Amino acid sequence: MADFNVNLRNIETVSVIEVKGYLDAHTAPELENIFNQLLDKKQFKVVVNFDELKYISSAGLGVFMAYVETMRENNGDIKFTNLKENVFNIFDLLGFPILYEFYKDEKEAVQKFNLQG
Amino acid sequence: MNSSNNILEQELVVKSTTDNLALIREFTRTAAEKSGFSEETTGKIILAVDEACTNIIKHAYKNSSEGEINILVKFEDGKFIISITDEGLHFDPMQVPEPDLQEFVKEKRVGGLGIYLIRKMMDEVRYSTLTGNKNQVVLVKYLSR
Repeated sequence: MADFNVNLRNIETVSVIEVKGYLDAHTAPELENIFNQLLDKKQFKVVVNFDELKYISSAGLGVFMAYVETMRENNGDIKFTNLKENVFNIFDLLGFPILYEFYKDEKEAVQKFNLQG
Repeated sequence: MNSSNNILEQELVVKSTTDNLALIREFTRTAAEKSGFSEETTGKIILAVDEACTNIIKHAYKNSSEGEINILVKFEDGKFIISITDEGLHFDPMQVPEPDLQEFVKEKRVGGLGIYLIRKMMDEVRYSTLTGNKNQVVLVKYLSR
């Protein structure tokens, strides 16, 4: 019943994860699978595009918290783009903007990785 | 005008699986909208109920789908009251410290965020133990605030 979709594509060396629909305790494991696939392939530069995400609960937020340190230890990061206001507010309330980079659009986030090399 | 027009009472009983979170959110949305809450506040109430039920599924029932969650919503005198009851293990959310994101990320640890979000989303949050080993969390939102 929970409608969630996750799609992975690559822009040069950056992996872009598109999340769509409702990210909750039921659907968060699908996102974890994607992150595990990235670790297997040693892809540590990740942009998450939230353009079509309608809802997030702490189970979804927990996924980003669980993987970000591993990405950073390997010269990568998890950067966020295109958040709707209601979704950003939840991240903001928990203090994510201190620890994560947020961008208005995907290009900007991908470019940031390219600048960092 | 009949004052009973302002009173709403609805109940949802579901098994303790994360499958049911979408249904729980839909039930909560309908009741909150009927009670006159804005889209934004309805979103906050939905998140709080989702987090409370997720905690019950994970902690009270330890991810077993055999448990039952009872959600009773009432709207009366401008007060939206959601009582969520389970018969799982008792856990004391007051023992959960405020989350420190920096520490969590460093230790690759998650958890405790849900309880924090519930407190932020609602006007009142009360946890209690009922007779028959039932646990109950009561969430309250005032229409006027």
